[in-house]
Amino acid sequence: MRRATTAVLAAAALLLLSGCAGQAAPSGDAAPSAASSGTADSLEGSITVFAAASLKATFTELAQEFEAAHPGVTVELSFAGSSDLVTQITEGAPADVFASADEKNMAKLTDAGLVDAGAPVDFATNVLTIAVPPGNPGTVEAFADLADPAVRTVICAAQVPCGAATATLETATGVTIPAVSEESSVTDVLGKVTSGEADAGLVYVTDVVAAGDAVEGVDIPEAAEAVNTYPIAPVAGSQNEAAAQAFVALVTGSTGRDVLTAAGFGAP
Amino acid sequence: MAGSTYGGVPRWVAVVAALGAAFVLLPLVAMLLRVNWAEFVPLITSESSLDALGLSLRTSLTSTALCVLLGVPMAIVLARTRFWGQKVLRSLVLLPLVLPPVVGGIALLYTFGRRGLLGQGFEAFGVTIAFSTTAVVLAQTFVALPFLVLSLEGALRTVGTRYEAVGATLGARPTTVLRRVTLPLVLPALVSGAVLSFARALGEFGATLTFAGSLQGVTRTLPLEIYLQRETDPDAAVALSLVLVVVAVVVVAVAHRAGEPAGLRPGRRAR
Amino acid sequence: MSFELHARVAERDVSVALEVAEGETVAVLGPNGSGKSTLLAVAAGLLRPDSGRARLGDRVLFDLQGRGGAAGGRPGRGPWVPPHARGIALLAQEALLFPHLTVLDNVAFGARARGRSRAEAATHARSWLERVDAIELADRRPAELSGGQAQRIAVARALAADPALLLLDEPMAALDVSVAPALRRTLRAVLAGRSAVIVTHDVLDAFTLADRVVVLDAGRVVDSGPTAAVLERPRTAFAAGLTGVNLITGTAHRDGVRTAEGQFVDVRFVERVVDGAAVAVAVRPAAVALSAVEPRTSSRLPGRVTDVEPRGDVVRVRAGALAADVTPRRAAELDLAPGATVWFSFAADDTTAYPL
Repeated sequence: MRRATTAVLAAAALLLLSGCAGQAAPSGDAAPSAASSGTADSLEGSITVFAAASLKATFTELAQEFEAAHPGVTVELSFAGSSDLVTQITEGAPADVFASADEKNMAKLTDAGLVDAGAPVDFATNVLTIAVPPGNPGTVEAFADLADPAVRTVICAAQVPCGAATATLETATGVTIPAVSEESSVTDVLGKVTSGEADAGLVYVTDVVAAGDAVEGVDIPEAAEAVNTYPIAPVAGSQNEAAAQAFVALVTGSTGRDVLTAAGFGAP
Repeated sequence: MAGSTYGGVPRWVAVVAALGAAFVLLPLVAMLLRVNWAEFVPLITSESSLDALGLSLRTSLTSTALCVLLGVPMAIVLARTRFWGQKVLRSLVLLPLVLPPVVGGIALLYTFGRRGLLGQGFEAFGVTIAFSTTAVVLAQTFVALPFLVLSLEGALRTVGTRYEAVGATLGARPTTVLRRVTLPLVLPALVSGAVLSFARALGEFGATLTFAGSLQGVTRTLPLEIYLQRETDPDAAVALSLVLVVVAVVVVAVAHRAGEPAGLRPGRRAR
Repeated sequence: MSFELHARVAERDVSVALEVAEGETVAVLGPNGSGKSTLLAVAAGLLRPDSGRARLGDRVLFDLQGRGGAAGGRPGRGPWVPPHARGIALLAQEALLFPHLTVLDNVAFGARARGRSRAEAATHARSWLERVDAIELADRRPAELSGGQAQRIAVARALAADPALLLLDEPMAALDVSVAPALRRTLRAVLAGRSAVIVTHDVLDAFTLADRVVVLDAGRVVDSGPTAAVLERPRTAFAAGLTGVNLITGTAHRDGVRTAEGQFVDVRFVERVVDGAAVAVAVRPAAVALSAVEPRTSSRLPGRVTDVEPRGDVVRVRAGALAADVTPRRAAELDLAPGATVWFSFAADDTTAYPL
C-alpha cells in the first residue's frame, strides 16, 4: 500500500515539475532595447497573446509573420470574448499581450494595474454593418429597414461590445430594432444569419469579410456614429517584455496595417 | 459485533476519494465566497433575472411534461419489445446524452429551422419556431429526453414482466396493465427520471443558444442570462448561478429519494 | 369448463398434450426443465408455441400452424386469444402481489380490470378474502405480509378473477414447510369442482389436490392417469422417485420377473400378465433387507453401495436405483461404505408388480 502511495505522489510531483519547467523557460537575457527592431535576433522564448475573438484570422497571420521575423520566439495565441480574456488575466492567466475589441475592457485592466495606464495603443477600428443571408430574402436596403418587425433581425445584447455599438447606433439614428434575439457574441449573430434563421444581423464589417459567400453585407452610412476602437498593450509583469513590445510594434506598424485592412478593419 | 462489518478500504483509496470530493465541492465553495450577499436579493430579483427564472421554470416544466409524454412509450418499447435494429436505435436515441449540446442545437436548427427539414413545412403554414419559446422547449426536450428514457428503461427491465403477466392473466388488457401495474411499479424511476430531465432542461444552454436565440422573456433562460450578465455584472452572474446550484441540489435530493424502490418484490420476503 | 391443449415449442424442445375435464384438477409432475412451466405459459397465453391448438369449453384459444422447419420454425400463425381474454388465471411460485396496491385492491384487480365498479369489486374481493381466511389482512400492503399470507392472498386474487381454468405453478415451493399445510388445505377447498392444472414437485400436493397426474420428461408426456395409479404403480424412475419407491423393470417370467441384468425376483402381480410382457415392480425401501452374503430368498438383487444417508431412525442405503432403509445398528454391522457390494432382498408379498 505504501508503495502505491509513493508512486501516486511521485507522479504528481513529476507533473508539477514539468509544469513549472514550462513556465520558467524564457531566459532573462533578452535585451529590452532591441524591442522595436524587427530584425534583431536577440529575442527568444515565447509570448502569449490574448486577443479578441474578432481578431482570430488577422492575429494568426500576424503571429506567423512575427515568428518568421524572430525565429527565436514562439507566439501562443488565445482568442475569446474580450471580457472573458479580461477575467482570465485578472485571475492570473499568463498573458504577455492583450488586444481588446473595445476600450472599455482595456480600461478594466489599466484600472486594475495589470496594464500600464499609458501603454494601450489603438491599432484598428471596426464598424457595424448589416449581414443578410445570400439573396437578401428580407430585402434589407438600409439601417432603417431593420425597424420593420417583419424583418427578423438578430443583434448583440447590450452587455457585449457589439451590442453597445448597436445601441449607440440606434440612439444616433432614432431607429429602434425589434430584434428577435439578442445574442452574447457576434459569432452567434452571424450564425443565425448564415443558417437563414434571421433576415438580418448587425455585425462588424470584418465579420462579413471573413464570412465570405455565406452572407452578404449591406453598408450602413450611419455606422460612423458607433466606431469600435481596438487597443493593444503589453501586460504588466510579462516574463518576456521585449518580445511583447516587439509584437505590439508589429501589430501597430505597417505589416499590421496591411493585414488588418485586408480583413476589413479601419485605421484608428 | 452488531453493526461492525468488514470495510476493507485501503487508506490511500480513501485519501484519493477525498481529493475527488474536494475537486467537486471546492468550486462550489469558491463560488459561494464570491457571492455579493449585500446585493444578493436585488440581484436575483431584477426584472431580467426574474424574467429569466420564470422563463426557465416554465420551459423546463413544459419540456419535462413532453419528456414524460414521449419518453414513457419510448422506454416501454425499448424495454419490452425486440425488433431488428433495436440496439442501434437505442444508442441513437440516447445520443443527446453524450452529444455536445451545441451539436444538438445545430441538428435542431436543420430540422425545425426556417430552412430545416420540417421547419420549411411549418413556415409554409405560418408557424415559425426559431427565436420562439417553443424553440427553447424543443432544445430542452431534445437534451433531457434520454435521461427519462434511460432511467425508466432500466427500471422496467429490473421490474421484469412477471407482474404484468399476472395482470394479464387476471383479465386486464395491455393498456390496463400499463396503467394499473407497470407504471405504478416504475413510478419511483419515472419520478426520478422526470426530475433529472427537469434539471437537465433547466441547465440547458448550448442547444438553446444555437437554436433558439436569446431574448429577454422569450428565449433567454437562466443559463443564458448568467452567461450574458457575466459580461458586465459578474455579481449578478454569481448570484444567479447560486440560484441554479440551489435548484440543482434540491433536484438531486428529490431524485435520490424518489429513486429508491419502495417495497418491490414482497414475494421474496419470507420463505 | 373442459380444457384441451396440444402444442409444440421448438426452441425448448417441448411437445405436449394435456386434457382437463370439467371440474377436474390435473397435477403435472416432472423433473426440472421437463417443460412444465412452458406448458403453463402456453396455456396462459404468455408464450406463443410454434404450432398447436387449445380449446377451453367451446372457445378456441389458439390454432397455430407452424412455419419453417422442425427445429427452428417461427411462432405459428393462426387464431390467437391474448392472455387477458382467455379466462385463465395463473398462480405462480411467488405470490407476485402488486406491491403498490393493498391486499383488498389486489384481490379486486381482476374484477376492476373487467370493468366492474369499485364497490362491486371490493365486495367481491372481500368475499374471496373470507373464503381464504384472510379478511383481516384486507388493508395491509403486500410488503407487510408473510410469505404464506401473501400466497393465500394470491390464491384469492386468482380465483376472484372467476377463471374458467386455474393454473398453479408450484404454489407451495417457496413457502416455509410450517405454513404449506394450511395453504394446501385452502387449495383443496377452493379447487374442489374447479378445472385446474397444478405443477408440483410434491407428491403430497398431487395426492391431496389432483384427480389425475401427468408426468413430463424432456418435453414429452411419459405417463398419465389417476393419481393413485400413476404414483403407486410408477412407470418411470422419476415417478418412482417422487413416492420414494424402488422401481425394478423387466419381463414377466412365470410368477416372477427377470430383470435386464438377468436376475430373477419373485413378485406378486396385481393382475394377470403373460410371460414375456414388460413389467415393473415397486417395492418400498423399508421393506428391503440388506445382507453381506447372498440370501436364500428368491427375491434378491446385488448392488454396489453408492450412498449411505442417515435419516433419523433409519439409514437409507442406495446402490444405483435400488434403495433400502435399515436400522443404524444393522448398517453398522454391515460396515457399509460406498463401493461395498451388498444384497438387497425383499418378500414377494411386499412388492407390487404390474404391466408397463
